Amino acid sequence: MSTSSTTTERDPIPSGHEGTDSAHGADAPAGLAPQVPAERGLATASAPRRAWVAWLNAPGRWASSGGLSTLIFLMPLLLSFGLFSWWPIVRSAIMSVQNTNLVDEPTFVGLENFQQVLSDPLLGTAVLNTLYFAALALVLGYPVPLAAAVLMSEVRKAKGLYSALAYLPVVIPPVVSVLLWKFFYDASPTGVFNTVLGWVGIDPQPWLQSADSAMPSLVLYATWAAAGGTIIIYLAAVIGVPTELYDAAEVDGAGIWRKVWHVTMPQLRGILLVTFILQIIGTAQVFLEPYLFTNGGPANSTLTVLLLIYRYAFENSLGGDYGAATALSLMLAGVLAVFSAIYFRITRSWSTS
Amino acid sequence: MTYNASNGGALKARMLRTGPDKNQKAAGANDRGIVSQADWRRPRVRWSMRISHGLLLASLFLVGLGPLLWLGKAAVTPTQDTLREPLSLWPNGIDLENLVTAWTRVEIDRYFFNTVALAFGVWLVSIVVATTGGYALSVLRPAYRKVVIGLVMATLFVPAVVLLVPLYLTILNPPLVGTSMINTFWAVWLPAGANAFNVLLVMRFFDSLPREVFEAARMDGAGPFRMFWSVVLPMSKPILGVVSIFAIIGAWKDFLWPLLVLPDPAMQPLSVRLPALQKFIELDVFLAALAISTIIPVVLFLVFQRMFLRGAGLGGAVKG
Repeated sequence: MSTSSTTTERDPIPSGHEGTDSAHGADAPAGLAPQVPAERGLATASAPRRAWVAWLNAPGRWASSGGLSTLIFLMPLLLSFGLFSWWPIVRSAIMSVQNTNLVDEPTFVGLENFQQVLSDPLLGTAVLNTLYFAALALVLGYPVPLAAAVLMSEVRKAKGLYSALAYLPVVIPPVVSVLLWKFFYDASPTGVFNTVLGWVGIDPQPWLQSADSAMPSLVLYATWAAAGGTIIIYLAAVIGVPTELYDAAEVDGAGIWRKVWHVTMPQLRGILLVTFILQIIGTAQVFLEPYLFTNGGPANSTLTVLLLIYRYAFENSLGGDYGAATALSLMLAGVLAVFSAIYFRITRSWSTS
Repeated sequence: MTYNASNGGALKARMLRTGPDKNQKAAGANDRGIVSQADWRRPRVRWSMRISHGLLLASLFLVGLGPLLWLGKAAVTPTQDTLREPLSLWPNGIDLENLVTAWTRVEIDRYFFNTVALAFGVWLVSIVVATTGGYALSVLRPAYRKVVIGLVMATLFVPAVVLLVPLYLTILNPPLVGTSMINTFWAVWLPAGANAFNVLLVMRFFDSLPREVFEAARMDGAGPFRMFWSVVLPMSKPILGVVSIFAIIGAWKDFLWPLLVLPDPAMQPLSVRLPALQKFIELDVFLAALAISTIIPVVLFLVFQRMFLRGAGLGGAVKG
């Protein structure tokens, strides 16, 4: 089976003609008791304003022209996003400047939560560890899937078998594979990995037991767990390179290596940048591995930012410090927003070109 | 679920926009890749390709299938054998009792069915929200649709971590409902609906359906509800399949959110319960429990491989 033709049968996304007329509705009457909470105080287009007026003049007409049934269909979406996405996002901004303990009424404390987080000596450790994780994940997790995908694109028989095998680790529930690897990482000479190392004459490694090797061990696992998905993405991109480019390169006398280096790689530039940014965003929020493998140890060597947030909020014996947790979350989100913005710009320019 | 999808969703939604036309190009082109037909005829190229493909396949077997096979073996091997010779190819004695003990005495069955119930509810809520929302935004097209779409898309760019604490407090003290949803499945089910990726995916798919069909149905007197049920949904099986796979596998994998909102062990899914069980059950039974937890996702993958890999091509690998 080939992955190239299976992505989607048709393009379900018409390329962006949204947001062209959203600028001139900012003065939409905010107090008109809108029946859609999403509408309130937000920029609406001139067409909606006409609809509002029509509705105000003749509620019966609005309902009979289908406005009511549309709203019924939208209800699940508006309720679930309103309660479990939009409101929590707003609330996190509010909570970061409040002192909340669930018992007393929350009090406004200004930037105290941010100051408290910034003066926490563990913050520096957590940030450095997270950066270390991200850097190691790039070194390990970036070139291998790319090389595998380029090689796999030339497979002529049983391509599906290659993809399926590569993707299998992604399917295993992460908790199961972490607990399995935890056993593999057994530091005794009869541990699974140490036995394998013994076959090639390498001394047993301490893996998760030592502050130096704990983080690389986590990254090794994370790379194994995620590589399959990256391979499938790269594979689709490699197969998508227009073959005329190879024909042209051959006319110029290019060999296989030169074709890979001067044709395939430049064509993958966009997707490589996207996976790079998404890997940064993903690794910045790493939680499962440090929590289950080492719980931040040994000696805080695997304490990450998200683990610190979790501890502020949920592992505090004095009750959750929700203010500090949301303050740190927002700071992390601010950093990630920069990456998101870059990413959004790149992909936007793709869809218009 | 809510957590994992958040940032990867941005990629998936975007890839969907850029992906297909590139691939169509590939499908229409002549059957060649980096290595040309002339290259293939050279023995040196042919052999080095064969060898490197062989090596690749061997290492994929080792890395992809190896741990699973090892887990399968360890699940039926007595603890002492696994500890003494973890890599012996064949166990000294096969002990199917491990699986039985795990299922009954350790009550893996309860956590297994909790996981199934959670995945089912997440699936149902995701499908309902995505199809009704997608239908309203794409087919019924109210005047305010752009605002709603904009607000839904905006959530793709908010990292999951921002939601963690406020969402937890919302579950603890939800508006409208009144009583806390902690230790109820609702705490996992309901937030799963707020998945922008699913909504946008379904909406884009509905956008691509031929308008004439809707017009014809309207002419025949179909109202919005009948149109949804008898016209739009039957045409949407491919996209519903992808959304279903994402929802079920996502729910099966989810850890942090159920850990927070289901502190009562009797309510917990496998993913939350397994790390706690490790401390007080014997290794062989524990590994059997791990194997049981893996069966459903792996079987789903083997059956719906095509759909999984299509989803992965959309960026499903990205973790939030």
